[in-house]
Amino acid sequence: MKNLAELLHEHPFFSGMREDYIQLIADCGENHVFRAEEYIARENDSADHFYLIRRGRVAIEIFQPSCGALTLQTLQDGDIFGWSWLYPPYRWTFDVRAQTNVRTIRLDGRCLRGKCAEDTQLGYDLMQRFARIMTERLQAAHLQLLDIYSHQQNRTGGEI
Amino acid sequence: MTPDIFFVERRTEEFPGTFTLHVKKQTDHEVPPFRPGQFNMLYAFGAGEVPISMSGPVAQSSRYIHTIRATGAATRTLERLREGDQLGVRGPFGKGWPVDKMAGKSVLIIAGGLGLAPLRPLIYNLLAAEQAVEDVRLFYGAKNPAERLYGNEIKNWSQQISVYSSVDMATTAWQGNVGAVTGLLAGATVVPEKTIAFICGPEIMMRFAIQELTNKNLPRSSIHLSMERNMKCATGHCGHCQWGPTFICKDGPVFCYEDIQQWFHMREI
Amino acid sequence: MIEDESVQSFILASDNLDCLIQRLQKAGYQVVGPTLVDQAIVYNHIGSADELPRGWTDEQEKGHYRVKRRQDKAYFAYNVGPNAWKKYLHPPRRQIWRAEKTIDGLQFEAINEKPSPLAFLGVRSCELHAIAIQDRVFLSGQHHNEDYKARRQAIFTIAVNCTAAASTCFCLSMNTGPGISLTCDLEMTEIINDSEHYFLLRCGSVKGEQILQQLPVKPAQLLQLQEQKSAVHNAETQMEQGPRLFDSSDVKALLYRNYESPVWDSIADRCLSCANCTMVCPTCFCTTVEDTTDLNGEHAERWEQWDSCFTSDFSYIHGGSVRASTRSRYRQWMTHKLATWYDQFDTSGCVGCGRCIAWCPVGIDITEEILRIHEADSP
Repeated sequence: MKNLAELLHEHPFFSGMREDYIQLIADCGENHVFRAEEYIARENDSADHFYLIRRGRVAIEIFQPSCGALTLQTLQDGDIFGWSWLYPPYRWTFDVRAQTNVRTIRLDGRCLRGKCAEDTQLGYDLMQRFARIMTERLQAAHLQLLDIYSHQQNRTGGEI
Repeated sequence: MTPDIFFVERRTEEFPGTFTLHVKKQTDHEVPPFRPGQFNMLYAFGAGEVPISMSGPVAQSSRYIHTIRATGAATRTLERLREGDQLGVRGPFGKGWPVDKMAGKSVLIIAGGLGLAPLRPLIYNLLAAEQAVEDVRLFYGAKNPAERLYGNEIKNWSQQISVYSSVDMATTAWQGNVGAVTGLLAGATVVPEKTIAFICGPEIMMRFAIQELTNKNLPRSSIHLSMERNMKCATGHCGHCQWGPTFICKDGPVFCYEDIQQWFHMREI
Repeated sequence: MIEDESVQSFILASDNLDCLIQRLQKAGYQVVGPTLVDQAIVYNHIGSADELPRGWTDEQEKGHYRVKRRQDKAYFAYNVGPNAWKKYLHPPRRQIWRAEKTIDGLQFEAINEKPSPLAFLGVRSCELHAIAIQDRVFLSGQHHNEDYKARRQAIFTIAVNCTAAASTCFCLSMNTGPGISLTCDLEMTEIINDSEHYFLLRCGSVKGEQILQQLPVKPAQLLQLQEQKSAVHNAETQMEQGPRLFDSSDVKALLYRNYESPVWDSIADRCLSCANCTMVCPTCFCTTVEDTTDLNGEHAERWEQWDSCFTSDFSYIHGGSVRASTRSRYRQWMTHKLATWYDQFDTSGCVGCGRCIAWCPVGIDITEEILRIHEADSP
């Protein structure tokens, strides 16, 4: 049975991180399993946690009246989600639902913020990792937004 | 209530699928006065009736102006109307924008897509300096430059009020902002005690706009929005437009966010 | 019950019930009352007392309604059937206007039907309350339903005190019965036992007085007044001892804080979204409109007809329904009936008649669900 630090070590998000930092972060964490169809987070709920997916798939969703829930993106083994705990007002921006049973490592946001404040080098390392993930998500979102598969190209221009 | 007979005085195409009708009463009488934010029920002969917000200046007493998107049987029939054609009009209905609360305030108007139409009468009021306000800022988000309502008019408005426009997607011919309009809003300075906000657009957009405003500490009582639901009678008797304890047709469509906060964030309600 | 002892009570022999019907007809009313049709007691136009369901009673439980023969010949010894009086005051289908398209243009003509005077024979206390509730819905806002108003003004009500309660009845819990407390034109209580069978009558209006004066009645004696009180008390006791007694004073607050209760999910597992409850409910008022045209496109009509919040496109907007799931639609119906109705019309929407319980094909019991939401309610 691996301990939390070993599990974090294995997760791609923390690849190459110093052992002592991994240990510090492990102090903020625990294993948590979600059942399929369970809602992990809801838009506007208090955002207290940061999740690493060990195994399973989650859907990032947004609710639209008269359409119901729309899936914006899915994430699976090796991905991470939930960084609203980084910035006030610390609220989830979207819904997150487990599509399958999901094994996660759940890290407490307040605990992490505290550790980053104490050791700014740790904070910098962590922020770099987040920034890279966010950039990838943003690029993907732009590509999705382009609607490249549509039959008609309805991106007509116009003056200001 | 039987509809009054109106005819189309003028028709303009905003962009494919969305059009504006100027309608006058057949007998050339003055039309019942309305308040910005109210709506009429427009009847397309044989096809049906739809609730459409007023989109013209309050001061113009002889006609109503309505901007309509053709999506169903009734609106598609209205789309085929040309100058001189007749339609039925019932109204005005509903509670409008609280213009009496604007005095001395910094007014924020946040519109998304077709949501600019119910806000235009309010903008006209402000342009005509009907109320003494501190300043006016319009944030308008649309899908792309071709699908912006009242494009040329907005250019004129920007001479009197600050206009911040954004589109979701554009070619390089568009020299303006591209991105979610809430992103533009995030950059606005808001003095909580002196600001009042009026929002209209798709519900998701209103949710995120309200989030931005509350992040800036704007009191919930200073945020007003316009809601939509299925409507059949517009007189509070058919039950279709119920939203929690409110009837959108008579308690709305304009609501103060503080009053309906519980219902706004509830799903399938 | 009109507690005022100064209101004189009278006795009408049971054999003379038909006189009442004849007098009403002579006064210009079409009499509508209970009849036994297709093994249910429903309201219909009647011409004489012979058409009443004499000697019948109803047996009701969750998803269960049966009529049963009694040993005696009581006229009103049942409670409520699948009909409500709303079918006459707020008709299931009604034309609102017609329009023509001519070379001169459009023309609209409102359809204002002059309603026939109707006498409702056998209105229960819960039903009087239901009518009063619909009065508020249609006549208290900025816009009035003029058709409802006209029909309402043209009725004569003969209310009947309940002397027994079906097991589905819970008017006691909703403070709407069993004794008549609202205004009616004539109030009746049927007293029947081994030795006697009569009606105790009281008038509640000038119109009622006028009819009463024409009937072969005798002043009521103290003993008969006591029998009347005890008969109504019998109905009360049955409900007090039944499972559907509860304090309804905090139901609104309970439901307002339980919109996400797990109970809604368990109801959704059973609810068929069949809309029976809304059809039989005496206060449900939702309607839809039907706009039609003929093939030439020259003639158009608008009709109003009953609708139900359980239909899938009741809340349709922008390409989909806001209340897409059965869960959300059942929740809408129950929270409207028992909670938001208070904020809309200052009363509960429920009169405790129990019809929705009996006529739900899967036996969902609104009183049971209140209890379950209570139990699941976290402090």
